[in-house]
Amino acid sequence: MATLLSEPGLETGPAETAATAAATTTTAAPRRTRKISRERVSAHDGFLTHASGRWAKVGGTLALLSLGLYLFAGVSAAHFGGSWLGYSLGTIGALLIVWLTMLGMRKRAITPGRWSLKAWTSAHVYLGLALLVVGTLHSGFNFAWNVHTLAWALMLLVIASGMFGVWAYAVLPRALSDNRFDAGGAITEKQMIEALRSLDRQLHEAAQPLAPDDAALVETSLDEDPFAGSLVARVSGSYPNCATRRAARQLREARAFRPRTAGDPLDKVDSLLARKEAMLGRMRRHLKLKAWLQLWLYVHVPMTFALLAALSAHIVSVFFYW
Amino acid sequence: MGPVSEMFRVAIVGSGPAGLSAAGRAAQLGLSHVLLEKTDHLSDTIYKYQKGKHVMATPSQLVLRSDQEFAAGKREDILGKWNERTREIGVNVKYNADVKSIRGTGPAIEGSVQKIVTRARDGTSTTKEVQRHAPPYAIELTNGETVMAEAVILAIGTQGNPNLMRCPGGDLPHVTYQLDDPTAILDEHIVVIGTGDAGIENARGLAEDAAQGNIVTVLNRAPRSTNVRESFATAKEPNAKALVEDHEAKKLTIRYETETKEVEPGWIVLTTRDGEERIRCDRIIARIGSAPPRGFVESCGIEFASADRLAFPVLSPTFESTAPGIFVIGALAGYPLIKHCMNQGYDVAEFIDGNTTLKPADEPLLAAKFAGLPGKRSVDQWLEFVRSNVSILEGMSPLQMREFMLDSDVRAYAKGETVFERNDPGSSLFGIAGGSVHVLVDAADPSKVVRIEQGSIFGEVGLISGRRRGATIVAAEPAICVEISRNAALKLQSQVPSAKKAIERIGVERQLLQMFGAGLTSEDIAGAVETAKIQQVKAGEAIITEGEDGNDIFVIRVGSMIVEKEIGGKPVFLSYLPAGSYVGEMALIDGGQRTATVRAAIKSEVIRIDGAAFGQVLAAKPALLERARRDMDVRRKTNALIESKKDGFSGVVDLFSEQAKFLVGQGLGEATDVLLIDERLCVGCDNCEKACADSHDGLSRLDREAGKTFAHLHVPTSCRHCEHPHCMADCPPNAIHRGPDGEVFIDDTCIGCGNCQRNCPYGVIRMEKVPPKKPPLLSWLLFGAGPGPGEPPYKWSKKHTRYTGDPAIDQALDRKKAIKCDMCAGIDGGPSCVRACPTGAAIRVAPDEFLTVARLEHEST
Repeated sequence: MATLLSEPGLETGPAETAATAAATTTTAAPRRTRKISRERVSAHDGFLTHASGRWAKVGGTLALLSLGLYLFAGVSAAHFGGSWLGYSLGTIGALLIVWLTMLGMRKRAITPGRWSLKAWTSAHVYLGLALLVVGTLHSGFNFAWNVHTLAWALMLLVIASGMFGVWAYAVLPRALSDNRFDAGGAITEKQMIEALRSLDRQLHEAAQPLAPDDAALVETSLDEDPFAGSLVARVSGSYPNCATRRAARQLREARAFRPRTAGDPLDKVDSLLARKEAMLGRMRRHLKLKAWLQLWLYVHVPMTFALLAALSAHIVSVFFYW
Repeated sequence: MGPVSEMFRVAIVGSGPAGLSAAGRAAQLGLSHVLLEKTDHLSDTIYKYQKGKHVMATPSQLVLRSDQEFAAGKREDILGKWNERTREIGVNVKYNADVKSIRGTGPAIEGSVQKIVTRARDGTSTTKEVQRHAPPYAIELTNGETVMAEAVILAIGTQGNPNLMRCPGGDLPHVTYQLDDPTAILDEHIVVIGTGDAGIENARGLAEDAAQGNIVTVLNRAPRSTNVRESFATAKEPNAKALVEDHEAKKLTIRYETETKEVEPGWIVLTTRDGEERIRCDRIIARIGSAPPRGFVESCGIEFASADRLAFPVLSPTFESTAPGIFVIGALAGYPLIKHCMNQGYDVAEFIDGNTTLKPADEPLLAAKFAGLPGKRSVDQWLEFVRSNVSILEGMSPLQMREFMLDSDVRAYAKGETVFERNDPGSSLFGIAGGSVHVLVDAADPSKVVRIEQGSIFGEVGLISGRRRGATIVAAEPAICVEISRNAALKLQSQVPSAKKAIERIGVERQLLQMFGAGLTSEDIAGAVETAKIQQVKAGEAIITEGEDGNDIFVIRVGSMIVEKEIGGKPVFLSYLPAGSYVGEMALIDGGQRTATVRAAIKSEVIRIDGAAFGQVLAAKPALLERARRDMDVRRKTNALIESKKDGFSGVVDLFSEQAKFLVGQGLGEATDVLLIDERLCVGCDNCEKACADSHDGLSRLDREAGKTFAHLHVPTSCRHCEHPHCMADCPPNAIHRGPDGEVFIDDTCIGCGNCQRNCPYGVIRMEKVPPKKPPLLSWLLFGAGPGPGEPPYKWSKKHTRYTGDPAIDQALDRKKAIKCDMCAGIDGGPSCVRACPTGAAIRVAPDEFLTVARLEHEST
C-alpha cells in the first residue's frame, strides 16, 4: 500500500478550477489558487489493517500498559477507583468513551481537511477494544448492584455489539457483493425491485387465460408485498409462507392430474413464477445481509447513549458521595 | 417546374435565431426579402424544446444587436416575443417552404468550379465537379415552387434532414418520418424502422394503449441478444429494455435481423434471416437518423474548409461563402450560441445592404482581451499581429481570427515568468506571437534549457494526449503568447489543413525528444521523424502481435494500450501503457520476434517509427541506447515476475489479468482518475454518496450501487475524468474545463442543454436543480431538523424551495444544470467520497497507479 501526497508542483496550478471558475474567457493574469493538499491512495486497504495496524498497536499498548500497572504497581484493590491508578484509568476510560462516541459526528460532518473516516474507524475499533481492559481494570473488580456496575455492564454490551459489528463488516460484504453479481455486471437493489415489478406485470398478463382457480393462485403471488414480513423473517431470510412459492407448487401439483396440451398458458405462468421466485430469493438474501450489517447498530448506538447517561451518574455520584 | 416568384433582394433560408434576426433587419432596412421556413412555425429547433425549458443567454458579456428581443427565459416567452415582433416589423415569412436546391441562374463564373467529394462506407470516394453560376439564385422548394433572389442567407443550423428510405417504394405517401401524436392513430398496421430512441418511443407510444388497436412491428437489423446494448446499440438502455418488455408482453413485435426490401401500398416486403416475407402495413415510420446538412450546402456551391467532420464553410469577413451572393450564418457557420447567431443575422443584412463600416458586436469582447497587453494597437491590428506572427495561424481569414480569439487568450510574460509548470494539467496549445520561451528540460537543473522561437508553438503534447504537461516553460525574454483552448485548436486544425500538418510534425518531434530525455536535438532524430507515420488504432486492435517479426517502434500519442502475453494458452495482462509511452524496443534492441501483444485499450493514435531509422539514432547516441536498455530491463522484470507467479495453483495472476481487462472495459483506458470500490470491504452504508452531496450543494455526483462489478471490484457510476472528455465535445457555452488537479468540471455558464449528459458513455452526468440549503448538522442530530446528511429527498426540496414570486428569481431556482464530479476541487483533503468511507473500500486512482504489478504482489501476500 502506498500513500502519496500529491507532487508539490500540482498544488499551485495557475489554471481555473471548479473552485475559482467565474467566466469562460479571461485575460486576467493567471491566479494562484490557495494551497490544497490532496491525499492519494493507490491500493485498497481495509480499516482493520489501516496503516499497517497502527491503531491495533496503540490499543494493544494501552491495554498492556494498564494491565501491567494494575498487576505490578501494588495498589490495593479495595477502593481502587479512588487510588491514583484508578483515577487515571477512569479518566482515560471516560475520555475514550466520549471520543469513541464522536465517530457518529465525524461520519456525518463532511468538513474539509485531511481526515479519513477509515482511520477513525480503525482507531475506534482498536481503542474500543482497549477500553474493555481499561474500564474493567478501573472497576478493581468491585461489582455490586449499583449505578457504577451498570455503567460497566453497559460498556461491555456496547463493546460486545461493536465486536459483532466488526465481524459483520469483515465477513458479510463479500456475500452481499456475490449476491448482487450477475453476468451483465451487478444488479442494484432498485433493479431487483424493478425486475420483480416487471415479472408481476408479465404474470398478470399471462394469467388472463387461466381458469379462475388457477388465476386466484397467481393473484396471491401478485398481491404479496415483497417487503412485508417480520423482523425474524428479514434477519433469517426464511419466508415459509411465501405466496409465490406456494402458488408455483400448487399449480404444478394441479397440473400433474390434467392432460398435457400444447400451448398450455400454464407453461408460461410456471416459468414466470420460477423466475419471480429466484429474483425474490435474491432480493431477500440482499435484504437479509443488509439487515445484519445494520441491525447491530440498533443495539450499539442506543446502548452508547445509555452508557453515557450511566457514566455521568457514576462520575457525579463518586464525587458527591466520596 | 412549378410557379416562380418575383425577384427578391434577399432570401433567408431557416427561421432560427440567425435567420429571424437577419429577416428582421432586412425588413427594417426596407429590403425586399422572404424568409423561408420548412415547418409551419418559426424557429423549429427551439420550438421542439420541451415545454417550459429555460433558455439561457450566454455569453453574458456579449451585447445583443438585433431587431428581435432576446433574454434568458422560458421557451414559450421567447418564442412568443419572436412571433409577435416578426409580425410587427412586417417580415415576409413563407412557411412550409422546404428548400431542395439553390442554383445560380446568371452566367457561368469562369474558373469557379466546386469539387464535391463523396466518401462511401467502404472508403472509396468519388469527386463531382460543379460549375458555379452567378446570381440571381433560383431556390427550388420541395413543393415545386421556385423562389428567385439576388442574395441568399443560409441559416439552416446543423440539425439536418431525416434520412430517407431508399428502397423501392420509399417515396409512397404512407412512408413518414415523424409522429406528432401517437394517440391519434387507430386500428392500423404500423411498421417502425430504426431502433434509436426516437423509433422506440414512437413504437411504444403507438402500442401503449391496446384499445387503439394498432399492430406495431419494429424492424431491427441487429440479431437478438440477451444484452439489449448489443441488439439496440443506438438507443438508451432503459428505452431498449422497455421495448423488449413490451415485445415479451405481446404489445408489439420486434423482428430481428430484418430489413426492408420493398414498400407497396398497404404492404411491406421484408428480408429476414429465413427469406422474404410480406406483411400488411398501413403506415411506415422511418426514424433512421438524420444527415448533416453538409451535402446540401456543398451542392449550393459552398466550399468547406476541409474534409474533416468538424469543418465549417469557408467564409469572408462579411459571411459570404465561396458561392458569390450566398451568405452563411449561425450554427452552420460555427456559432452555436443564440446571441452570436442573432448578431450575425443583423450584421449580414447590413452587409448586404451595403454597410461596410459596421464593426462586429464582439469588438468590445476582443478589445478586453487585448487590453492588458503592452503597445497600443487596435483590435484589428492585434488580430493581424497574432495572425502574421504565429505561423500556424497564417492560413486564417480575418473572420476566423475573430472567432478564434474569442476562444483563446493572449498574455504578455515578463522575462523569466513561468507559462506553465511540469505536471500541470492542461490541454491548450500555445503560440508565440512575440519573444521566445525556454523549455526546462531537466527538472533538477534550471540551467538546461531549449529555446522555442517566435512563431512556433508549444504545449501540443498536452493538447494531443490530454496528459499533464511534460516540462516547465518560462519566458526567455519579454514574450506575448496566445493560449489556444482545446476547442479552438481542434477547430483550427479542421479549418486550416496546413496548421494540422504543422502541429502534427512538431508534435511528433517534441514527443520523441521529451520521451528520450536530454541530450538529444531535433537534428539527431530528424531521420526517425521523417519515417514517422501517425496511425489510428481502433479499440481492441493490436499494433504488435506476439511471435511476429518486426522492429518498428510505436509511441502512444492518444489513448492507451495494454500489453498481453500468451501464457499456458491464455492471454495474460502484463501492463498498461498510458499516452506518452513507447513500445516495441525489445525486438529492435535484442532482435528476435515480438515477445508480447500490444493492443489499444480505447480508440488511440500511435506514431509508428521505422525500426531501421530509429536503430541509427540509437547507434549514434550510446546514452540513449543505455536508457532504452534500462527501460527494457524494468519491463522484462515485470514480465518475469508475472510469468513466474503464473502457475496452476494460485489464481492470482488470472485474477489480476481478468480484473485488468474488466477495468479497461469499464473505461479505465481513457480515465485519469476513477473511483473504485473493493466490495470485500464495502458495507453499503452509502456514506460516500452522502459525503458527496454534502460537499456539493446537496447533490450527489455518484451512484455507488450502480455500475459494474468483477471479482469484487466495483466501478460505480462516477466520473472517470477522461483524457479526452466526451462531455466536452459539444458544449455550446464551452463550460466544461479541466482544472489544475486534472478534474473535469462544469462552470457556472452551463445552459442546461444536456449535451454532455448525452455524450457521456458512462452516464455520470445528471441534470438537476440545486436543492435548498439544509439546516446545520447539529440541529438535525439534536432536534431532527431537516432531512439529515446526504441528498435531500425530492419532496423535501420541493416543499422548502423559497419561491419569491419574482419570475426571474424563481426560474433561476428551478433551472436544471449539469452536475458531475469535480474531484472535490478546492476542498482541502481531496475527494470527500474517499475521506468519508468508513472501511477503506473506496479509493480514487489513476489507471497507471492501479494497474501495476505492485498490486499483484500486494494481492498475493
